[in-house]
Amino acid sequence: MQLLAAQSASSFPVLNALIIVPIIGALVVVSLPNSRPELMRPVGAIFASISAALSLYVMAQFSIHEAGFQFQSIQSWIPSLGINWHVGVDGISLWLVVLTGLITPIVLIAVDPHHDPKPYTAWLLLLQAGSFGAFLALDLFLFFVMFEIVLVPMYMLIGGWGYDDRRYAATKFFLYTMAGSALMLVAIVSVATLSAGDQDITFNVIELAQRQALSTNTARLCFLAFALAFVIKVPIVPVHTWLPDAHTQAPTAGSVVLAAVMLKLGTYGLLRFGLYLFPEASVWAAPTLATLGVIGVIYGAIVATMQKDLKRLVAYSSVAHMGFIILGIFAFTTQSLEGGVLQMINHGLSTGALFLMVGMLYERRKTRAIEELNGIQSAAPIFAGFFTVVMLSSIGVPGLNGFVGEFLVLIGSYETRRWWTVIAATGVILAALYLLWAYQRVFHGEPAPDDEKTPDLTFKEGLVLAPFILGIVFLGLYPKPLIERIEPAVNNLISHLEHHSDYVQPDLGAPVVVDIDRVSEDDH
Amino acid sequence: MGPPQLLGFVGPTVNWWALLPQMILLGAALTILLVSALAPQRTSPAFTTTTTLCSAITSFIVAIGLWNDVKTDGPSSSIASAFGIDGFSIFFTILILIGLAATALLSHGYLDREGIDPPEFHALLLCSAAGAIVMASANDLIVMFLGLEALSIGIYVMIAMHHRRSEARESAIKYFVLGAFSSAFLLYGIALTYGATGSTNLVHVRNYLDAVVFRDQHLLMAAMALLLVGLSFKVAAAPFHFWAPDVYQGAPSPVTGWMASIAKAAGFAALLRIFFAGFASHDVDWAPIVGVLALITLAVGAIMAILQTDVKRMLAFSSVSHAGYVLVAVHSASAKGTSAALFYLFTYTLMVLGTFAVVGAMGNDDEHPLSRYAGLGRTRPVLAIGFTVLLLAQAGIPVTSGFIAKFQVIAAAVDNESYFIAGVAMVTAVISAFMYLRIVMAMYVVDDEKEDSSSTWHWSTSVVVIATVSFTILIGVIPQFLIEFAEDAVPILIRG
Repeated sequence: MQLLAAQSASSFPVLNALIIVPIIGALVVVSLPNSRPELMRPVGAIFASISAALSLYVMAQFSIHEAGFQFQSIQSWIPSLGINWHVGVDGISLWLVVLTGLITPIVLIAVDPHHDPKPYTAWLLLLQAGSFGAFLALDLFLFFVMFEIVLVPMYMLIGGWGYDDRRYAATKFFLYTMAGSALMLVAIVSVATLSAGDQDITFNVIELAQRQALSTNTARLCFLAFALAFVIKVPIVPVHTWLPDAHTQAPTAGSVVLAAVMLKLGTYGLLRFGLYLFPEASVWAAPTLATLGVIGVIYGAIVATMQKDLKRLVAYSSVAHMGFIILGIFAFTTQSLEGGVLQMINHGLSTGALFLMVGMLYERRKTRAIEELNGIQSAAPIFAGFFTVVMLSSIGVPGLNGFVGEFLVLIGSYETRRWWTVIAATGVILAALYLLWAYQRVFHGEPAPDDEKTPDLTFKEGLVLAPFILGIVFLGLYPKPLIERIEPAVNNLISHLEHHSDYVQPDLGAPVVVDIDRVSEDDH
Repeated sequence: MGPPQLLGFVGPTVNWWALLPQMILLGAALTILLVSALAPQRTSPAFTTTTTLCSAITSFIVAIGLWNDVKTDGPSSSIASAFGIDGFSIFFTILILIGLAATALLSHGYLDREGIDPPEFHALLLCSAAGAIVMASANDLIVMFLGLEALSIGIYVMIAMHHRRSEARESAIKYFVLGAFSSAFLLYGIALTYGATGSTNLVHVRNYLDAVVFRDQHLLMAAMALLLVGLSFKVAAAPFHFWAPDVYQGAPSPVTGWMASIAKAAGFAALLRIFFAGFASHDVDWAPIVGVLALITLAVGAIMAILQTDVKRMLAFSSVSHAGYVLVAVHSASAKGTSAALFYLFTYTLMVLGTFAVVGAMGNDDEHPLSRYAGLGRTRPVLAIGFTVLLLAQAGIPVTSGFIAKFQVIAAAVDNESYFIAGVAMVTAVISAFMYLRIVMAMYVVDDEKEDSSSTWHWSTSVVVIATVSFTILIGVIPQFLIEFAEDAVPILIRG
């Protein structure tokens, strides 16, 4: 611990800066004069971009072959209660941090709130700060603070800038997540108190994961309390009903951040706090959770097929995609976990872009009803082209990012959760069904007079979408930079699981992607 | 200076310095009454408010001095051990003085608007505050009872002072009748305590209970039950809360704030001193009962709150569920639980004062519907965001003092292995969050654009709201010093 503190003191605390910069940005935006509404979003975007740059700096400086937490920084916060401000990043959280960093400035630039730009910008910046905090926290108390505080900006965004039914959707969103985390707080305190023994009470995740001082049943109960909070956030099927409402009623910016960043808090939480703190309980609960994940894949896909509202369709497709990630996490193999982490990023890119484009379509046509849209392709061919790429990525077509993630999840899960994998694989086909069918109805066909007047993509919108498309194609063709950073952390997590439970990873040989490289090196 | 002697009767030694805070308040009350009676024309509201504020500040400074004395010399007691001078009593003195200053400021604008004569109101408020301090400091049950009555009688009259409104009178009568009823319970409990232990002095009670093993402790159990019932009325714990919604609704908002904050805090001060400190050795007897009371209070407060349509009634039930939270902390019967309760009361008091500051400024008609807040987010953005912070703090959202307070209560309950109670407390927090969110939504989500602002903002309201909101966020971010303050304020019973 002392060593870590010494390390952090010597270098620039970049992770703290990540959290603080957007907060400063929000304060600056709030103090701008009301008479200059046009300044709000650019100023906000500048601060969001600074933190985006910082997140890219973290990515560049991240040491590849290190499994542990990097850039750690510990400050005493509430010594009476044993609480520290403790942040750090590893291969699992690194890409989520980068995603959070990049999404917020894009959204700020891309989406016009139409009214009250000042609070809108401030809330988005606070949302960014809170999301960074949640992904970086290595102290359970700090994590809980961040996990809950992100509700407030999102609630305000949905309530303030959403559509007709926003009051209901915002309240439902808030209460669902809060209800989930209620018992998690009790579990957090219980874990810290019961692990303490004769030592000082601590909320340090690394410390608690190493102590493993809880009895089996206590650990399982605590795991369930944590899992409940996270599966609601993901969301997994029986508790997913807040998601379609929140997504549909949220303004475009809210939907994008909700899908790209906030849903990941659930899956990330399961990895970081579920598996890491409660290895034995995770192995115990894995069949149930994997089953729920697979149910999510199928259920989400079927319900998405039936949707009349394009945005609701995308929302249900999220349920299906997140189900894949859950399956990957609870299959406990290197590939499945890598695939799960990668799929979090992929889902952020593709679903984020889909929400952004549905929002653009709504701006043009003031409707999201599939039956009122027809033959958009002939009126807006470039828009249709962008939409196709994103849609194919979401379906998981080879060559684009979605394929890499889904393939890794499926190949990894096959060894340990064979029948689950078989059923989940049909979800890939269902995804093709609902997305292609929707595409066909909206973009193909005879355009009505309204459809013919749909303007095509503007240059600015193209610029906004370009990073998404680039990411989708790049990760589809060359996912190695991500995977080689994710892998050490994932292997570390699996050996932690093996060490603290009777689970043993079946021998699958070396991981696929790294293998290809090694073969080519051997040829020389 | 030896003890005072009169006709051969030797009185107890009095540490006048320790009694100074409440004596300053009583002095200020008398000054206000005297000046208003003798002054040729109507005394100006500025004079009474300034006098009250000055006395609160002076007392505050004295209390800080006393705190340092206790820190260096340790706790003591005075007047034949009837009046405790420990961290606990000074903690509550400071809290009550803050509440007094805030209520004085709020009533300044309110009395002005409603045309009520300020001198009597302020004199009663000062007496009530002095009573609350006595109640929180008393080591003797009879002295505690006197403090309680001084606190309550002031409140009865303050509620009724808005004599043009029939609701106010109805509230006053309701509170008076039920208050008298609960006092009877309390007094009978005191009598039975005397019967069981031979003294009304808590120091003696504690020592007696430590030393003696009862063959049959029915009398003591009855005494504890009656004391608990009497105090539960005062803190509005279910099932003794029925007066709260009606009285909160009918009372003038500054007085509602005073009742919800200081009267409740003083009630809990008495509860903690009697049970945690006095009946410490019998915690196996009383803690489970407090636990059940906490569960009922949490559930009733949360569930009834979401069924209300009137904002003041919502907040009344919310104050019931906060009482439940403090009872969870009391239930754990540990130093950790007690300091959690103290932290909770301190932060809750400030939140609730700020909340009722806003409520008071939103008009004082017979009803207080949610629609009155419609569009506040647009018409008064700064105060709307302040009110939002206060409401979210009451819901226990992080980065506010309310979260740290809830966290400590949960930590105390878990430490005591009361996992079920901790779980119920968190779940009811979610239920009551719905009610707070309804108010927030009303401010920000407006269905039809209308400029309806019957609100009359007085500068004093803004001062209170800004101060309480800043405190709420400050403690939410850096709570350490208040936690230490509460840890140092765990009650200690000491003779001499």
